[in-house]
Amino acid sequence: MATATEQIVSFDDAIARYDPVLGFEVHVELNTKTKMFSSAPNVFGDEPNTNVTPVCLGLPGVLPVVNKQAVEYSIKIGLALGCKIAESCTFARKQYFYPDTPKNFQTSQYDDPICFDGAIDIELEDGTVFTVEIERAHMEEDAGKLTHMGGATGRIQGAEYSLVDYNRSGIPLVEIVTKPIEGAGARAPELAKAYVAAIREIVKNLDVSDARMERGNVRCDANVSLRPYGQEKFGTRSETKNVNSLRSVEHAVRFEIQRQAALLDEGGSVVQETRHWHEDTRSTTSGRPKSDADDYRYFPEPDLVPVVTTKEWIEELRSQLPEPPAERRKRLQEAWGYSGEEFRDVVNAGLMDSIEETIAAGASPAVARKWWMGEVSRRAKVAEVDPSELGVTPATIIELNELIQSGKINDKLARQALDGVLAGEGTPTEVVEQRGLAVVSDDTALLQAIDGALAAQPDVADKIRGGKVQAVGAIVGGVMKATRGQADAGRVRELILERLGVHG
Amino acid sequence: MSTLRREQVAHLARLAHIDMADDELDRMAGELDVIVDSIKSISEAAGDDVPATSHPIPLANVYREDVVGETLTNEEALSGAPDSADGRFKVPAILDED
Repeated sequence: MATATEQIVSFDDAIARYDPVLGFEVHVELNTKTKMFSSAPNVFGDEPNTNVTPVCLGLPGVLPVVNKQAVEYSIKIGLALGCKIAESCTFARKQYFYPDTPKNFQTSQYDDPICFDGAIDIELEDGTVFTVEIERAHMEEDAGKLTHMGGATGRIQGAEYSLVDYNRSGIPLVEIVTKPIEGAGARAPELAKAYVAAIREIVKNLDVSDARMERGNVRCDANVSLRPYGQEKFGTRSETKNVNSLRSVEHAVRFEIQRQAALLDEGGSVVQETRHWHEDTRSTTSGRPKSDADDYRYFPEPDLVPVVTTKEWIEELRSQLPEPPAERRKRLQEAWGYSGEEFRDVVNAGLMDSIEETIAAGASPAVARKWWMGEVSRRAKVAEVDPSELGVTPATIIELNELIQSGKINDKLARQALDGVLAGEGTPTEVVEQRGLAVVSDDTALLQAIDGALAAQPDVADKIRGGKVQAVGAIVGGVMKATRGQADAGRVRELILERLGVHG
Repeated sequence: MSTLRREQVAHLARLAHIDMADDELDRMAGELDVIVDSIKSISEAAGDDVPATSHPIPLANVYREDVVGETLTNEEALSGAPDSADGRFKVPAILDED
């Protein structure tokens, strides 16, 4: 039951006294066309209970059949996590009673997971690398979706009844379980976020999952325990369930460290239990203590035969793996010649793909970076969206750059053209035409503007005539103002000096 | 020689959500004991060279291609439900889990 506000100590105090140990169980929904054991479609957001077969509903007499694609996706995940792949493995029934599974068991794997003993390097934002060891990655199926009705908040407390949609029931899942992660210290919350981000990136890169956390494609259970520094034995852990955004993972781990430290400070002990994460208060509350109901009485699934792998099959799948994200980043940074900091900024802004495409389409790395990290990011910040969601494409950048290169517009006009593109006025070329943006290249018009500027500032004109060539900037400024920025500043400078008979 | 104690049967009954009266627990402890003893004779027959198996036929890799098949309509799916609402199965609120 939920308790009153938990006592917490400051994070710095908690870390000064206790050594945190983490562990994660991340569930990844695969993006196969059909479910794990039935040919029902694996689709998000359809009308309730329409993507179901008798297998999904656990009706009597049904026979599940394994989706080969799901097995191959699972092996790919294992290979990407550096895991060994079992030569032979089986499915097992995990028994529990809850309406999200109509069969009263979940088909999962028990003591022989398909993937085991892996490790991945997790890079934090400042470049520090932690190695996280993977205990196992096993195949299982997702449960149905419950909606609690009648309660004030839509949560189970106070609910009168629940409605169940089994469209999600049976969607293939891979559960990735880490070994205990020690030694993260004060960086534990950051590492937690980076780990889940890395898993999401890997499965997305493999194209085995849509990896959209807001749709529950990637879900994290975070285990946290504390122990005094120097103690080898782990403390009692809590398991915060269903932390489903990267930011929440970081905050949940941080909160649990602060909460458990407060308990231990007072001589109390941590209860082994599941906890619920609340985004609104950024805190966890007590869920269900570990009990004999957690005795799932696993036994081998009699309706499914073992999955036996061969070296050839595994190597075939390995040959299909895309370049790992970490290696790709290293390669691109070297190819583009960005500094470590510049490159991390690009990655953190989520613009690596956009910049890669822009460069592939012919822009120089410097030009691509200037536009995406400069003008585009600035406008995204104002609009409060991710730069990649602004609607600017690599083609937009290429077109703007070509317009500049050809001398039709200058940087300043290009920024106006970008504004036009974002306002839905069309492509950069269309915006340039419709808004009449063009560098004034007609010397007659320019000379007129120059004469005007010289007349307006006769003292400056005299200085230039007297040899103070650096004073020309003030006249150039006047001309640019008069032409509303549509002149080529270099050409203006030449013409002014020519006009005054001075040689720059 | 009872190897299966009454408390163990009560524990299993609780896990399986089966209500059992005291006399039923006593009787079942005895009956299950006989079953367990009978199964035990298999491990006597099978030597160390026989691997444990979950299937009587040595079959592996029975797969289905990832192709969408026929599904039930919403009406068909709900036709066996004791209660339903909004196209979904209606169940009592269960409070001890979330």
